[in-house]
Amino acid sequence: MTRKSRRLWLVGGCLIGLGTATALTLSAFSSNIVFFMAPSQVHAHPPAADRTIRLGGMVVAGSVRQQKNGDTPTNQFDVTDGQDAVTVHYEGILPDLFREGQSVVAIGSVLADGSFRASEVLAKHDETYMPKEVAEALRRSGKWDPRYGKPPDAASWNSMTKTATSQDKAAPQHGS
Amino acid sequence: MTPELGNFALALACCLAAGQAVLPMVGAQRRDPRLMALAPALAIGQLLALLYSFACLVHSAIQDDFSVQNVAANSAVAKPLLYKITGVWGNHEGSVLLWALILGLCGGAVALFGRDLPSALRARVIAVLGGVSAGFQLFCLTTSNPFDRVWPAPMDGQGMNPLLQDPGLAFHPPILYTGYVGFAVPFAFAVAALIEGRVDASWGRWVRPWAVAAWCFLTCGIALGSWWSYYVLGWGGYWFWDPVENASLIPWLTGTALVHSAIVVEKREALKIWTVLLAIGTFSFSLSGTFLVRSGILNSVHAFANDPARGIFILGLLGLVIGGSLLLFAIRAPSLTAGGVFAPVSREGLLVLNNILLCSICAVVLTGTMYPPFMSLLFGKTISVGKPFFDATAAPMAIPLMVFMGLGPMMPWKRAQLWPVLRRLWWAGALTMVAFALMAWRVRDVLPLLAATCAVWVIASSIADIAERIRLFRIPVGASWQRARMLPRAALGAALAHAGVGVSVLGLAAMSQAQHRIVEVHVGQTEMLAGDAWTLTEVRAAPGPNYTALIATIEVRHDGQLVTVLHPAKRTFASQSQTTTEVAIHTNLMSDLYGVLGDRHENGGETTYVLRLHYNPLAPWMWLGGLIMALGGVLSLSDRRMRVGAPRRAATAGLVATS
Repeated sequence: MTRKSRRLWLVGGCLIGLGTATALTLSAFSSNIVFFMAPSQVHAHPPAADRTIRLGGMVVAGSVRQQKNGDTPTNQFDVTDGQDAVTVHYEGILPDLFREGQSVVAIGSVLADGSFRASEVLAKHDETYMPKEVAEALRRSGKWDPRYGKPPDAASWNSMTKTATSQDKAAPQHGS
Repeated sequence: MTPELGNFALALACCLAAGQAVLPMVGAQRRDPRLMALAPALAIGQLLALLYSFACLVHSAIQDDFSVQNVAANSAVAKPLLYKITGVWGNHEGSVLLWALILGLCGGAVALFGRDLPSALRARVIAVLGGVSAGFQLFCLTTSNPFDRVWPAPMDGQGMNPLLQDPGLAFHPPILYTGYVGFAVPFAFAVAALIEGRVDASWGRWVRPWAVAAWCFLTCGIALGSWWSYYVLGWGGYWFWDPVENASLIPWLTGTALVHSAIVVEKREALKIWTVLLAIGTFSFSLSGTFLVRSGILNSVHAFANDPARGIFILGLLGLVIGGSLLLFAIRAPSLTAGGVFAPVSREGLLVLNNILLCSICAVVLTGTMYPPFMSLLFGKTISVGKPFFDATAAPMAIPLMVFMGLGPMMPWKRAQLWPVLRRLWWAGALTMVAFALMAWRVRDVLPLLAATCAVWVIASSIADIAERIRLFRIPVGASWQRARMLPRAALGAALAHAGVGVSVLGLAAMSQAQHRIVEVHVGQTEMLAGDAWTLTEVRAAPGPNYTALIATIEVRHDGQLVTVLHPAKRTFASQSQTTTEVAIHTNLMSDLYGVLGDRHENGGETTYVLRLHYNPLAPWMWLGGLIMALGGVLSLSDRRMRVGAPRRAATAGLVATS
């Protein structure tokens, strides 16, 4: 085997490896990427029923209901970004850090009736930290400016939803 | 007083490191033996100063000195002693100091064990390590100083996240960091070789033990981290493909490629430029992994609750280390003499294939990890890439990797014939086919089935490799044993490490068939899962040192025979008003019974408890495989040829053998 053909083998091997990697990545990107949506976005542009999304926001205080479906516990709660609320159904154990009035991320899909069926509920945070994407959604909905300290609790989000939704209403929520 | 001494020692270490970066380098350039001889002394001096500084921080934590801000923020009087010590590295500032200490240890190790290296190369390697050390100690001193005081000092600290109060996590960071930082030594060797403009077979021989040692630690660290998330987080999962985990997987993949390509440099003087690039790349990934992801720099670019000065400093430092070394590579690599090109069917051909596949997997994981932050930075879109993405991309590429892994060690160097190799592996192939047929009967999913088949193939061919080398059953058993004892440890280590990969993959494949149920039961109720009857017999409250616990008793019976009694619990920590889940696991090495206690509900006088019950077949194998891989690495490190600074001793040993 000549030097040239050996080098061709090498280059060909690299191309096949990287080509496969690229092809797999692209095909996985088209079907497996999970978009983050806030409740108001879900209402404005409901995603397809088979599409998995991450829904994030604050758990509305007083909205958590727990029932028993056969032997399986089911949970129901409302998630809000201050403009809209979506009802989430979840079968299973809510995480230890799940609280009313705190931020949460639910992974699942939107049903035909507009409610959300979660396959996973994440609450990996404490009082001082909320998931980046939830903070971003709240900030974008003009409800909270991260420079002014901790986010207000979900109960006050609800009241703000009914009244005006302007930036300066939310800004005086200083914690610091 | 102690924190100030620690701070001073850290500053001293930083000065020594700066000297270590400059003086030996100048000495090597001018061929001045006195300056070069300074290198080991400075490295050991820096190490001692760092050890003292770290001891001061540990001392402050043990003494509950809450005037030190770091201790006040992360410790509390009520915390058990073990976690007071391990809590030192459970936060940003302390972990940066630990990072610097381990880097100092690497420098000290090169100074102590590298005596037989050429003096100019050793001086340059130690100087490069000194430069990296100086940068990170400066980072520690200026932006994340663990010795900062707070006034007035609080009466009690804020305590540590209860999730982190666990013996598994206590030792996970030091081991993982040793893996990450250990790749600084191959990196320093690569930079030194680029400065010298010479990479040859002996360079490959010198760099390999360091790469293998770092790889062993990284493997153990990843396995330990995965085990921790399995038994602490209580989801029944072991790997979540989250950025922090991927940050450790990426350098592991390139590090594995490095360990293999260095063999080609050593044996065939080929792939030299590529190996140098891999050494630089692996350390660069380790650095960016630890600092970009772990300390939330990607968040702070997002202007969110993080110190921006810290982010800019670390980005600058990363740019300097990574960009500088790549620039040096770009300038110097063309002047390195290229090695030979070789036949595709040969040992080195398969090693190249291993490198291509590992780097492709690495590219995929890197893309999946970096895509979401880039999308949110550039287009303001929030997306996430999770398990389905990585399952669909990384797993299919791992399968050809495992197929060739079985062939590689049997291939002769230079030019090989495929047929004789396959003939020697016939029984391994037959065993794989039988395993495939048996598993296809039970398992319906394609990917786990293929992965498990490949895993059997890898294990069987590793055994076949050793059996072939000692001519098992072809010559008398005693003679085989004699041959086994003469076998180079590196060959045994390689076979063991490969078998470890097989064991891990078998565990992973079996875990995809795990079953679980979430049930809400009252005391005395029995639920069935995977043929076992789980009965909740009792739930009681019990106090702990800094928490109160709710402990359940679950009896598991198989065909009426008591298998085990599990005690999952929930702990409520008053100081953080946080609850943690204590998983109960019963393992018989073939499967895990995994029980989690969830919420307690009161409905109309009846108290019920939510339970999560898992049946996880072969789960322990995942981590056992990691341990076997690391053992393989250690075994091959003990090989005579792999001894650090081996050339002289190996030469004399060779003389003795021939005479």
